[in-house]
Amino acid sequence: MYFGLSEEQSFFQDNVKKYLEEHATIDNIKHITSGDEKNLSEEIHQGLLNLGINGLLIPEEFGGLGLDLLFAAVVSEALGGGVGPTPFIAPYVMAPIAIMHAGTKSQQENYLSKIATNEFRFGVGFSEFIGKRNDAGITFSDNALNGRAMFVLDVNDATHLLLADEKGQIFVVDAKSSNLEIVQLTTVDKTRQYSEVICTNLEVELLENSSDSIEPIKQAIDAGRIMLAADSLGASQTMIDKAVDYAKERKQFGRAIGSFQAVKHMCAEMAADLEPCYALVWHAAHCHDHSPDEARLMACHTKAHVSEMSKGIAKKATEVHGGMGFTDLLGLHYWFKRIGLNRQILGSPELVREEAYKTQV
Amino acid sequence: MDLEYGPEYQDFTKEVQDFCKKYKGISFTGGSNTPLASSGGSGGPEMSRSEWQKILIENGYFARSVPKEYGGYGGEVDILKNRIIASEFSKSKTPGPMGGQGIDMLVPTLLEMGTEEQKQTYIKPTLHGEMIWCQGYSEPNAGSDLASLQTKGELIGDEWVINGQKIWTSTAQYSQMCFCLVRTEPDAPKHAGISYLLIPMDTPGIEIRPLVDMTLNAGFNEVFFTDVKIPATNIVGKRGEGWAVANATLGHERGSLAPPDATMNRVNMLMHLMEKETLDGKPLIEHPIYRDRLMQIQGKVLAQQSHALRLLSAKLNPGADVKIGKMIQKLIGTELRHELEGLAIDVMGEIGTLYEDSPHLRNDGTWQFIYMYFLGLIIGGGTSQIQKNIIAERGLGMPKEPKVEGA
Repeated sequence: MYFGLSEEQSFFQDNVKKYLEEHATIDNIKHITSGDEKNLSEEIHQGLLNLGINGLLIPEEFGGLGLDLLFAAVVSEALGGGVGPTPFIAPYVMAPIAIMHAGTKSQQENYLSKIATNEFRFGVGFSEFIGKRNDAGITFSDNALNGRAMFVLDVNDATHLLLADEKGQIFVVDAKSSNLEIVQLTTVDKTRQYSEVICTNLEVELLENSSDSIEPIKQAIDAGRIMLAADSLGASQTMIDKAVDYAKERKQFGRAIGSFQAVKHMCAEMAADLEPCYALVWHAAHCHDHSPDEARLMACHTKAHVSEMSKGIAKKATEVHGGMGFTDLLGLHYWFKRIGLNRQILGSPELVREEAYKTQV
Repeated sequence: MDLEYGPEYQDFTKEVQDFCKKYKGISFTGGSNTPLASSGGSGGPEMSRSEWQKILIENGYFARSVPKEYGGYGGEVDILKNRIIASEFSKSKTPGPMGGQGIDMLVPTLLEMGTEEQKQTYIKPTLHGEMIWCQGYSEPNAGSDLASLQTKGELIGDEWVINGQKIWTSTAQYSQMCFCLVRTEPDAPKHAGISYLLIPMDTPGIEIRPLVDMTLNAGFNEVFFTDVKIPATNIVGKRGEGWAVANATLGHERGSLAPPDATMNRVNMLMHLMEKETLDGKPLIEHPIYRDRLMQIQGKVLAQQSHALRLLSAKLNPGADVKIGKMIQKLIGTELRHELEGLAIDVMGEIGTLYEDSPHLRNDGTWQFIYMYFLGLIIGGGTSQIQKNIIAERGLGMPKEPKVEGA
């Protein structure tokens, strides 16, 4: 019995962390999020591709590494920790899993092998399957899509999109099609891209095994939720580390502010809230591949619970920094905002907990 | 990640399951002295708790790694087997061994630091449930700052003469013995002046006054010592080393107060209750706000269960970094259990306030009882605030509060 990360997983995670520490410096993040260095984000993405993040989950027969979701979770954690300004969850986790479960053999062959070689990069828009806001939503008839997907992840530089209708049917869309209008959204978190996609008589390819089963899209959403939880886990750990360091350094009333219980108890609460999240994220990722009976419940609770803990940590860690935490100068807000976005994507805590309940009745 | 225990444990699991079947519905004569301890079921064999202890030891389901000569089973330490035993007993509702401070704290202490004679004298009757112990640590003026305790022990001839007062002494009224922290070196610095003494509770000069707590149980006592004389050899470790001896066992207590599997059992019990109880004709579970609160707690308990697996794995595979992971256990475990019991009260509303033997009581009034009882556990054994100091200072390396002159 061994509950934890393997040496390979820790090693890979360390490599991603080191890469981000060197290249996604706070200065670079500032350039990327202010939009004055458009190529920098793609350079960082390329560096991570060189480490192999695109092929982690793709089976070996299609040129990938065929690893478990836990491997992807540790990468996601590292990306959250370093506010990695690069697509990951949509193109390299949700898309491969959706295609593996929903695609025919030839669709798998066609798309997965090209994700592995980085010829294809997918954005993913499944939000309306989880919860339709106002008049958003996509309908499929006569081999064409019409309607709006309001929140599509990682559209920039994508060659293709996966979109879904209310029934959970998954469609492959050519991102360059003229029947597709892409409206870039501005969220608080500028380290990642969110877009609205409007389809007008857009010709698409249905991933065939999703036509009569919602299981494929559910699998992709479960995995995406675990990745978002892992991302928030990493981001929260960085915020705690920064808060603890600051509280040891910063002096007021002639002593380090970390020696005041009001401050140190906030730090202890953050650590106590976050520590069990490691085990929860690892366990959920493990169940996704190896324990199907528990997998969905674990994925839902992991997304909801880590989102709740991270929200509290983002607030407290900022407060420990006092006025400096509120400034743009320090850049702590990148992590705060990353956590804020993760919380809402693929189902906010209330929605996901309701789903957790429904898996039990 | 590998959550399988391996084939050699499958046979063992089967063996434990068979054992539990054999003793299904076992009940005890004489009841139970400790709150929350099972008094057994019905329809099965009837015996005393002490007899049950002996059966458990003979089969290796309790005191597994305690040597035979001291009344244990004499097996190897096997963390996974311990877990299998706990989990199969819990699933089949088979009552586990008696706990209590003698078994949980004194026995490990004596095994580690006791003299041969002390081990021979005390461990066996303690394990068998024939010798009950109480813990004499806290005093009216030594709570969180335990090391400032003032109960005095003077070595006169070949006897310790003890004077002072202890408080929060659980089970003192049933106990034959007390393991007690006493200031024996008044001139030494405060942590270095304490000794760990073993005091027979029938010694003249001991007075026990019950202390009724908010649950209306007399779970605690005040214990007064007036010229209590015990043999000089009733000391564990050397003079002035009592603080170190006690700390070895305090760590043990903190981890074991609120195991997440037990909390999950209560979550399942609450879910069941919410399916049966109705409000305005609708089961409570169909009310979205109550349902969401239950799901929030279920998520927290799942996180703690996964965390417990991580800690279990760290015991099996030394080298894993779980320093903070261990420190948070008392804090998060007791707080969560209190929160869960409180939720049950909230969803029942007025019915949730019923207590003792009131009409309309649900689940024997355990929700209110445990809700209050766990507030006691949040405070006892190092308050949540003290736990946060420990996590921050020892776990995160944050600076201590400046010392106050004379403290």
